[in-house]
Amino acid sequence: MREEVGVNTGVYENPHDLTPNMFTLMRFTEWENEETGNLEWLIRKDGCMHCDDPGCLKACPSPGAIVQYSNGIVDFIQENCIGCGYCVKGCPFNIPRISARDNKAYKCTLCSDRVAVGQAPACAKSCPTQAIYFGSKRDMREWAQHRIDDLKERGFANAGLYDPPGVGGTHVMYVLHHADRPELYAGLASNPRISPLVELWKGLLKPIGLIGIGLTALIGFFHYVTRGPNEVEPEDEAAAVREREKVTHT
Amino acid sequence: MSHDPNIYDRYTPGARVNHWANAFIMIGLALSGLSLFHPGLFFLSGIFGGGQWTRIIHPWLGVAGIFTFLGLFIRFVRFNFWTRDDSRWMASVNHVLAGREDKVPESGKYNAGQKVVFWLLSILIVLLLTSGLALWDSMFGQYTTIDQKRLAAVVHAFAALALIMTVITHIYAAIWVRGTIRGMTRGSVTGGWAWRHHRKWFRQEVAHGAEHDAPKPPQQARPAA
Repeated sequence: MREEVGVNTGVYENPHDLTPNMFTLMRFTEWENEETGNLEWLIRKDGCMHCDDPGCLKACPSPGAIVQYSNGIVDFIQENCIGCGYCVKGCPFNIPRISARDNKAYKCTLCSDRVAVGQAPACAKSCPTQAIYFGSKRDMREWAQHRIDDLKERGFANAGLYDPPGVGGTHVMYVLHHADRPELYAGLASNPRISPLVELWKGLLKPIGLIGIGLTALIGFFHYVTRGPNEVEPEDEAAAVREREKVTHT
Repeated sequence: MSHDPNIYDRYTPGARVNHWANAFIMIGLALSGLSLFHPGLFFLSGIFGGGQWTRIIHPWLGVAGIFTFLGLFIRFVRFNFWTRDDSRWMASVNHVLAGREDKVPESGKYNAGQKVVFWLLSILIVLLLTSGLALWDSMFGQYTTIDQKRLAAVVHAFAALALIMTVITHIYAAIWVRGTIRGMTRGSVTGGWAWRHHRKWFRQEVAHGAEHDAPKPPQQARPAA
């Protein structure tokens, strides 16, 4: 599976966005640091962040289409996917893409198949400069700390780890030179969290709605049980006949 | 239709077909929509041939439902304008629920409760249509932003739940008030039913019938010359 080679529009990114066929994309930002006068090249590997509290999973209606493994990987099981696109609405990072070919959602799997047999994800394995590391979250935090210390020594006072708490932390983390301003990195969310609208939709409305439906039916049932049917009485029919005769005979 | 003079026509065959087409579509929409609303209800998607089919069918059912509902709206809107009597009826709705309609103002073709159902359905269906288009990603996905789709999802779910509750109330009322369902199945109701529940409408029908049945006044038989 490979995305078609696109056209050069004067930026390094190609393809220009994540697609159903391409799960990871290097995003390039040229940023002029006003303090130092340096032009900085802020490169970020965009793709699924594997949130600990995944918005896609929260929004998904199809059981088993989105799963979260105990190692933290959030995976889409296309076999169970119905293509509704709710994961796109749930995701705070704008990651899932729906394929027009089979109407199923795709995103980075963190090579769950490789990880399951003890191998590192392909991106980490193939990165020639070891800019991508793979390991347990605790080990990666330790490793990140070395890198952060190193960056701070080199003058990046605000270097830090991107592990946003709003989504319970992520299982893909970034070491950023400017961790105080993640949005510099091609619009990386500074405080990502599941949209309150999605929380309302898939949190509150679900129980309240179903309880409301059940209560409406129950109220009807108990009204019937206590009041009985509202029958037309013989007097009503008699009154109707009288009324008609009165009108037609005058 | 019937020769029994104490039977009154309430719904034409066209209105009945329109109503039941709309009803079946709404049931299909509710079942498919609920299956997409809650993972616990996802099994309902089996009725429609699985999740993918449910996702495909639901919006098309919605399109069909818009037309059937529009038909009902056009047929019945003129009987559903709110009057001062309707407000008085609503204020003493507890008498109605107790089966004492003699204590509230006489109703026309529809009572205030039915009018509320009519307008609730109309408003909710407009909300469902607009939010539904924003959620129809395979057709119109590119016309809305993700944030608009999120809002649409909340509006759609809220309106759908309110609609289902309204329809349950509508169905219960038809079951509770005996003699009502035949109006929508056979098209007619008894005089006693009309007298008891829709006396103003009954009086109109009787007056109307009297006009028709009355012997033709002689001036109508006047020679053309």
